[in-house]
Amino acid sequence: MATERKILKKESLGPLFEKMNAAGKRILAPRKTGEQIRFEPVTSANEIAADFVQSTASAKWAVFPAVEEMLSFRSLDKETKLEAKQSKPQPTVVFGIRPCDAAAFKALHAVFATDYKDDLFLDRWEQITLIGMSCTKADDYCFCTSVGGNPGSTVGSDILLTPLANGDFLAEILTEKGQQLVASLDGLFAAGGSDIDKESLLAKVTPKFDAKQMKAKMDAVFNNEKLWTRQSLRCIGCGACAFVCPSCSCFDIQDERYGGKGQRLRCWDSCGFGLFTLHTSGHNPRHTQAQRWRQRLMHKFSYGPEKYELPGCVGCGRCSRACPTDMNILGHLLEIAEEKL
Amino acid sequence: MSAENLYKPYVMKIEKITQEAPEVKTFKLVFTDEEEGKNFNFKAGQFGEYSILGEGESTFCIASSPTRKGYIECTFRRAGRVTSALARLEEGDTMGFRGPYGNTFPIDDWKGKSLLFIAGGIALPPMRCVIWNALDLRENFKDVTIIYGARTVNDLVYKHELEDWGKRPDVKLITTVDPGGETPDWKGEIGFVPTVLEKAAPSSANTIAIVCGPPIMIKFTFPVLTKLGFTPENIFTTLENRMKCGIGKCGRCNVGKYFVCKDGPVFTFAQVKELPPEY
Amino acid sequence: MEALRKKAHEIITGGQVKVIIGYGEGSPERARAIFAQTPAEVDQLIFDQRCLQNLAVYLMKPEVKALGKMAITASKNVLRSILQLASENQLTDADLVVIGITDDGGVIEFPNLQAVEEHIKAAGTPAKNEDRARIEEIDKKPLEERWQYWQEQLSACVKCYACRSACPMCYCTRCTVECNQPQWIPAPSHHLGNLEWHIMRAMHLTGRCIECGECGRACPLGLPINLLTQKLAAEIESQFDWQAGMSLKVENPLSTFKPDDKENFIK
Repeated sequence: MATERKILKKESLGPLFEKMNAAGKRILAPRKTGEQIRFEPVTSANEIAADFVQSTASAKWAVFPAVEEMLSFRSLDKETKLEAKQSKPQPTVVFGIRPCDAAAFKALHAVFATDYKDDLFLDRWEQITLIGMSCTKADDYCFCTSVGGNPGSTVGSDILLTPLANGDFLAEILTEKGQQLVASLDGLFAAGGSDIDKESLLAKVTPKFDAKQMKAKMDAVFNNEKLWTRQSLRCIGCGACAFVCPSCSCFDIQDERYGGKGQRLRCWDSCGFGLFTLHTSGHNPRHTQAQRWRQRLMHKFSYGPEKYELPGCVGCGRCSRACPTDMNILGHLLEIAEEKL
Repeated sequence: MSAENLYKPYVMKIEKITQEAPEVKTFKLVFTDEEEGKNFNFKAGQFGEYSILGEGESTFCIASSPTRKGYIECTFRRAGRVTSALARLEEGDTMGFRGPYGNTFPIDDWKGKSLLFIAGGIALPPMRCVIWNALDLRENFKDVTIIYGARTVNDLVYKHELEDWGKRPDVKLITTVDPGGETPDWKGEIGFVPTVLEKAAPSSANTIAIVCGPPIMIKFTFPVLTKLGFTPENIFTTLENRMKCGIGKCGRCNVGKYFVCKDGPVFTFAQVKELPPEY
Repeated sequence: MEALRKKAHEIITGGQVKVIIGYGEGSPERARAIFAQTPAEVDQLIFDQRCLQNLAVYLMKPEVKALGKMAITASKNVLRSILQLASENQLTDADLVVIGITDDGGVIEFPNLQAVEEHIKAAGTPAKNEDRARIEEIDKKPLEERWQYWQEQLSACVKCYACRSACPMCYCTRCTVECNQPQWIPAPSHHLGNLEWHIMRAMHLTGRCIECGECGRACPLGLPINLLTQKLAAEIESQFDWQAGMSLKVENPLSTFKPDDKENFIK
């Protein structure tokens, strides 16, 4: 559908939240707790963190929670009965999500909706509306423009807000979901905005590499063990990068039983863990951290784009900021680009 | 709204348990819901997620042939949490099964050809499915040769079936055990599978080779087959990467551009050669 | 820094070691671990107030060990970690050369681990750090409030295990949380799973934590989980007059029996 431009006045932000609350929507927005900014349920616009480059953790848990029930069961004597999932996901608005993160929602969708349709994910997805917020500043870890995004990209968002100098927002209504939400908030979005030069309001993120060339290069250096070992020597094999990543989708399945009832749960997992691929026999196809680091990059920059025709990394920079050992993904990528064949 | 939970297993009843070897059992499973059983179809090479609620799921191939309707069989060795729990089950108990998943052996394309099956240890079950499938349609194929090895005589699975196959005039069966694994009355070969294969030197003319075994066996078998004149396109194997979801979502079995669970588990040697060595 | 690089050059060119684990420049305003194997790489070694990561964790990493004999640039936290690891039979003199670094960047040469122990003992009991003050503050809160505080903090944990991976003392090849027959600790990062994980982690580090705070720094969500292990370190200190990483001897109070122990349940 054609993008429609409107203006959201700063004084309309409060009523916007009130009306969404009243309509029974759960609102997730970036909130500041200590030094951290996380997407959490909020009820008022006052709770939202202002003036930050990137949230510490992404909002992906709104569609792909760190732990979620796949099915539950109840046992009586020797008989075990599966129980139907009770509740449907609540209609949810994610407010203030960065364009890179909104693009990551698309990447997640590609994984869960290609071939087998994963209804655990899709049921949540259907109930989600994304109100993006363009970036007016970036930092050294950002590289969205190298992976197909930009600080004002509309990809993935249903509505994209861009802050104006006077505190108001340029609102781009991008999808039917966005339209429906605007229609339900009668009058909060005012006409106007068609003459605004959006580009001039955005942060500048200089492209550092070309994603297509990066894929080719990565495929070419696949067997360069020295490179992968050198890059991963300081990696300690934790899951911080994968768990703050907005597009990482790997998961584990764990069963729990307490007394006569239990659940099968889906939990985030990471290809950086040695246990991820370990066979019961003790054989491990990726037994070194170098192989696991290579897998992480290959999955994001080669296999993923080939399979889903979407970047597997959106350049949000979270993994680099979060890494306890300063594994800077952009630095590593640029080093790979420089590597002689 | 999507209709069905992808991860919901069928509830299966264990009709029969066979102790195949130390710690190795075969379960014959029937659907508790007749309707589900009637609608269930699979092809040789496919696998499933077998589970006990509260313990977890474990991945094995379907070891019975699609030509035998009304039930499925699985053979597993007790090793981890789930297989240990499965091993404690008794006939008449129920358990979970989701599947069938993955691609299949292109058995229809093999009509008029000879088949050479090479298996090692606990990897005979994935092959048993396709062996029975071929034997039940025996007239479609020329020579059928089976080479099967295990560490010791005791570790050979499907002992009764091996006996039957050995007696059949239309099957050439070679069994072998690793040096030191033989018993005084062992009549088969002694030696590792690749060595025994090289000695037997089956013809590669108009022949498909199917290889299943531990990674180390596969590694040493491919060169021997190449030496015997098999082209990479005519050698098939199944990869056994660790899996959880079975449907290309959880990422665990990702090797190169493939998910072993969805794009495999059946691959030709031509495909395997192109893969990163992460299997 | 000059003294550090000079010493590092000496042992690399002299062939005493194959690799020096130290700090180098990282992302803007950050320092990171580097593994210097050539004279050119030695020239990148730095030490300043940004160099906080506890490098001792790499002494246990198979991929680093595979490079050959190691040297490590060791601030006080690293020195204490080395002593603790050695006391747990994880390191011997044959494994590494220790290059001590003083807070102002000076170099202390250690002929062997015994010398590290003597140095640490001579330096006296470590000063109480800021974290101890935070712990005392939390301790002052009523029980309910304290419980509430930790519930809130731990509810954000996603079990990425950065705390475990960053800790030099968490060197087990198979962690309790990964043992599943039986499943001692729930694997998922739900309420119970998180609570049990952090209690277990703290308990397994009791009497072993050298209070470097690396687990807390490593946490991508900024959870102050180092306070849990440090609280237990404080308890051990007050109950047994003991601090980890001060000696080469295995004397961990929780795994060592002494006839004059206060408790008599074991007698």
